Amino acid sequence: MLYRETGQFKTSYIADQAIFPIRQDRYLAAALLVVAYVAVPILGTEYWLLTIMIPFLVFALAAIGLNILTGYAGQVSLGTGGFMAVGAFATYKITTSFPGLNIVVVFVLAGIITALVGVMFGWPSLRIKGFYLAVATLASQFFLIWMFNKFPWFNNYTASGVISAPPRAVFGHFFVTGAEANPVDKYLFVLTTVVAMAFIAKNLVRGRVGRSWMAIRDMDIAAEIIGIQPLQTKLLAFAISSFYCGISGAMWAFIYTGGVEALAFDIDRSFQILFMIIIGGLGSILGSFLGAAFIVLVPIFLEYTPMSLGLNIPVNYISNMQSMIFGALIVFFLIVEPRGLARLWQTGKEKLRMWPFPY
Amino acid sequence: MKLQKLCCVVLGVAAFGFGMAAENAMAQNEQFIPRLVYRTGPYAPNGIPFADGYADYLDMINARDGGVGGVKITYEECETNYNNDKGVECYERLKNHAPTGATVVDPLSTGITYALIERATADKIPIVSMGYGRADASYGAVFPYVFTYPTTYWDGADTIITYIAKQEGGVDKLKGKKIALVYHDSAYGKEPIPTLDKLSAADGFTFLKFPVSPPGIDQKATWLQIRQQRPDYVLMWGWGVMNSTAIKEAAAVGYPMNHFIGVWWSGAEPDVVPAGDSAKGYKAAQLSGVGRNYPVINDILKYVYGSGKTGHTTADKVGEVLYDRGVMNAMMDLEALRIAQTRYGKKPLTGEQMRWGLEHLDLTPQRIAAMGGTGLLQTMKITCADHEGGGSVRITQWDGKAFHPVSDWIKPHQDMIRDMYKESALAYAKEKNITPRDCSQISEAR
Repeated sequence: MLYRETGQFKTSYIADQAIFPIRQDRYLAAALLVVAYVAVPILGTEYWLLTIMIPFLVFALAAIGLNILTGYAGQVSLGTGGFMAVGAFATYKITTSFPGLNIVVVFVLAGIITALVGVMFGWPSLRIKGFYLAVATLASQFFLIWMFNKFPWFNNYTASGVISAPPRAVFGHFFVTGAEANPVDKYLFVLTTVVAMAFIAKNLVRGRVGRSWMAIRDMDIAAEIIGIQPLQTKLLAFAISSFYCGISGAMWAFIYTGGVEALAFDIDRSFQILFMIIIGGLGSILGSFLGAAFIVLVPIFLEYTPMSLGLNIPVNYISNMQSMIFGALIVFFLIVEPRGLARLWQTGKEKLRMWPFPY
Repeated sequence: MKLQKLCCVVLGVAAFGFGMAAENAMAQNEQFIPRLVYRTGPYAPNGIPFADGYADYLDMINARDGGVGGVKITYEECETNYNNDKGVECYERLKNHAPTGATVVDPLSTGITYALIERATADKIPIVSMGYGRADASYGAVFPYVFTYPTTYWDGADTIITYIAKQEGGVDKLKGKKIALVYHDSAYGKEPIPTLDKLSAADGFTFLKFPVSPPGIDQKATWLQIRQQRPDYVLMWGWGVMNSTAIKEAAAVGYPMNHFIGVWWSGAEPDVVPAGDSAKGYKAAQLSGVGRNYPVINDILKYVYGSGKTGHTTADKVGEVLYDRGVMNAMMDLEALRIAQTRYGKKPLTGEQMRWGLEHLDLTPQRIAAMGGTGLLQTMKITCADHEGGGSVRITQWDGKAFHPVSDWIKPHQDMIRDMYKESALAYAKEKNITPRDCSQISEAR
């Protein structure tokens, strides 16, 4: 009743091929953007903006990157943390070597460097698949973190190996990194970047490139036979995925934490992003956002609930219970909906089309 | 989705929302200190006694004195799991707690300290990084909101080498010797390396580095290499399970324990007890006294553990090395609060006012005796340019039951190290566009 598309006729191919063909979807997306751009900065406290929204958006970007590689192109990768580290350290080196360069340009350059690194480590994907590729990317993860720890050139010879973000501004005086940065400026910058890149990703995966990835994922020999070149396609997937992960890592280091050591991008980070896309839904851009929201918000919620209910539970009990409940929730979601939260949303929409007649 | 499930989801979200919005409305004459602790994870064996010591001291002061200047101290623990992101999240959640926000934050983690320095400086909340990183924050002109008393890793490395030189019979005897550093491969473990590099160039010993990947459970390869290379002394900069693993591995390869010297975070009971008898003779540099023979510890046993009351741990664990260090951290924080109250009045103070108190901390022997910590705390004076103060370190040795001092308080080469702090801090200031404060302009009057 609410969600029928009766009466919505498309009169051009372009209108028919829109990302949100149904008018209700368009309104919902527009409303979400309005809430994100207007309501959250006005109503959100510093805690919400800095500790909840920004990590959620940064992780969502990394999850989109990994989803492109693993969800759409079918190349299992455990090297996400390493690529995020490349993005962070590349940004640091570029911006400290060329302080006058605009931070947006620096991020893009760092993304390109990460894409090249991703292509280099993606080369084995032409010969190996599945678990074996996962192991090869695992090697890339360990190698990259070892490299950033070992060579002090990457952190400009500091004693501790921690790179810290120098203050940089966009449009003159809106600082997004460093101490003078306003939380609202930081949040809007990250939001704009993520929305723009998610838009680009959505269009990529709906177009020829995305279909070639999905063809490789579903049956790569058949894809090769019909003329999709595996080398170019897989390496393009690695490149674009690493570009996204690199920018995500750069924003993590520069905008969220302000200072990071290579350890922040170790194997746990890779697993965290992998869990995000598995829970959110492989092969779905919305799924990346939902998975990131789940993994970022649920632990905080689990920690906060006992306190807000007034129960005085010692912190170690809360922490251990949080791990157990979180794990149980992951198992629960994978049993109930193995294709992830995005599939739940899709099912919900389908039922909403029928509502109130559930047949 | 069924209606009931939908309602549950909505209620849950509403509870979340309200929970986030509801602030502690009980704020009156109270001073709030956020407690970033780790009671779970691989670093918990060392994090738990420290957190207990700090919390017990706060409880004792509330019970014995009714707080500081009549203002009761309240605190809330937040589990960081030694994880930088969670540390930042805990800080952000607690920094605006009623009534005057967070007074001071002690992260007990070099990594979390690094992550918080910029934020805390912008929020005007002082960080007390007691005996951990970042060491160059001792140059207070660049880091007004970070305090590294009573000593730092750079001083610690220097004093340990001084001790070794003394053991060998003079600095000239160090020439040609091999000194190894087994370190936690993170910001924490890497801090002493530049100092040790400089000393090895100056004194002529070979400096070998053995990084250990966190959390440090797998050290077999490291110690086999050490057995091969046979350094004369091994220094350790470890934390959590890395310490106990290293000591067990050292015993397994037969490295002489009395040539194995750990930094103060690698010299506590949870580190040596798992190795059993083979850990006897292990040495550790300490920045405070050890044992339970101090008036303040007796007061804690009386007011917090006496006659049916319960503290945060059991009475037999009171007096352990890390427990004492937690007490020491709390003692110095509350002393700074007391000093800040002499200027700003006996009321709940803000972080900025607390910072003034920290910068005017002056622990004389008389003051330490009044606090009940003679032998536990070292004398020190904090100034605008010097946020480190004392700098002295004492070597202790484990005899199977307790750590006993085997040296006097050793002072580091403070001129050389202070120059290093200044150089490194000024480089940081340049990178971050910070103008260092002019300490000669700031009045030292109380």
